[in-house]
Amino acid sequence: MTIRVPIVENILNANDHLAEQNRGRIDSAGVFSINIMASPGAGKTSLIEQTLPRLKDKLRVAVVDGDIATSIDADRAANAGAQAAIQVNTGGDCHLDAVMLRGALEQLDLTQFDLLIVENVGNLVCPASFKLGTHKSILIASIPEGDDKPYKYPGMYRGVDALVINKIDLLPYVPFKMDYFKHGVEVLNPGVLTFPLSAKTGEGMDAWVDWLIGQVKAM
Amino acid sequence: MHELAVTQSILDIALRHATQASAKKITSINIVIGEFASIVDDSVQFYWDLLADDTIAKGAQLCFERIAGEMTCTNCQHAFHPKDIDFACPNCGSQFVQITKGDEFRVDSIDVE
Ligand SMILES: Nc1nc2c(ncn2[C@@H]2O[C@H](COP(=O)(O)OP(=O)(O)OP(=O)(O)O)[C@@H](O)[C@H]2O)c(=O)[nH]1
Ligand SMILES: [Mg+2]
Ligand SMILES: [Zn+2]
Repeated sequence: MTIRVPIVENILNANDHLAEQNRGRIDSAGVFSINIMASPGAGKTSLIEQTLPRLKDKLRVAVVDGDIATSIDADRAANAGAQAAIQVNTGGDCHLDAVMLRGALEQLDLTQFDLLIVENVGNLVCPASFKLGTHKSILIASIPEGDDKPYKYPGMYRGVDALVINKIDLLPYVPFKMDYFKHGVEVLNPGVLTFPLSAKTGEGMDAWVDWLIGQVKAM
Repeated sequence: MHELAVTQSILDIALRHATQASAKKITSINIVIGEFASIVDDSVQFYWDLLADDTIAKGAQLCFERIAGEMTCTNCQHAFHPKDIDFACPNCGSQFVQITKGDEFRVDSIDVE
């Protein structure tokens, strides 16, 4: 005899549960944490490189870098002044998940830091589904990617707490209708905090860095 | 793509509930996937055949219920399927719209013996 067992359980429950444990660990050390997501080449590492020197002598920062295979990004973060830079190779996976972040956290004495920055794998789809346990999710959109990305990748734009619009120095050179872009963002994520900036020229970096410092102080 | 991890989660959930129900065999698993969840059914089925092999879920049928993405206009309440070129309401042209369906990603039930 066949019987139906009702379940109604989110498929990513196990990951979400581990993410909560990560959060507990981060919280109890009093650290503020962010998960930076973006397509490949949007400027995740560049933003981290620009941010670190501006936090020098103010905040102690640990960076966890998710990458499919190399340690290039973690090395860049270390050179830019991160007090700790941990590389997590996902071995082909398209995203970091809570288990991978847990592994990285085990290598850190979190009490020695004020801010934890996680750079996710470059991908505009998969990282959105896997919570890590960080306090805020940040999406970097970059001008050369085009203004239609919110419409094509709604899942990513929906879930984030702040949006960095990077490479604004390229606005004069590439077609990018800011109104069209912002409309898509507004529908998917009404009122989301937005930081237009250039990780190349440094324009707009102050607002971003001030926000980060404010978040750390509010912990 | 991360279908392997997702398939493992589906299997874990199904096995846990089947054990609680003292079932001997899982015959089907009813999964609900919204359009924005970006998961490929075929890959889940492929991994399933590998992962479930020596469990009581071996040979179970995966039934996917696909939920189309839906937006609702906050001006005229018209519900429509979003197009990736524009998020405006096709009925009244309003730009004030909200996503109302498509985020689902869950196991709804299992059939067991
Ligand atoms: N013009 C311009 N170029 C930038 C800016 N920010 C980053 N870049 C360039 O964009 C390229 C990619 O930057 P990365 O910081 O490596 O991008 P990423 O998102 O970390 O890339 P992955 O980790 O490989 O996914 C590099 O050549 C950077 O120099 C910017 O604001 N303006
Ligand atoms: Mg990088
Ligand atoms: Zn309308």
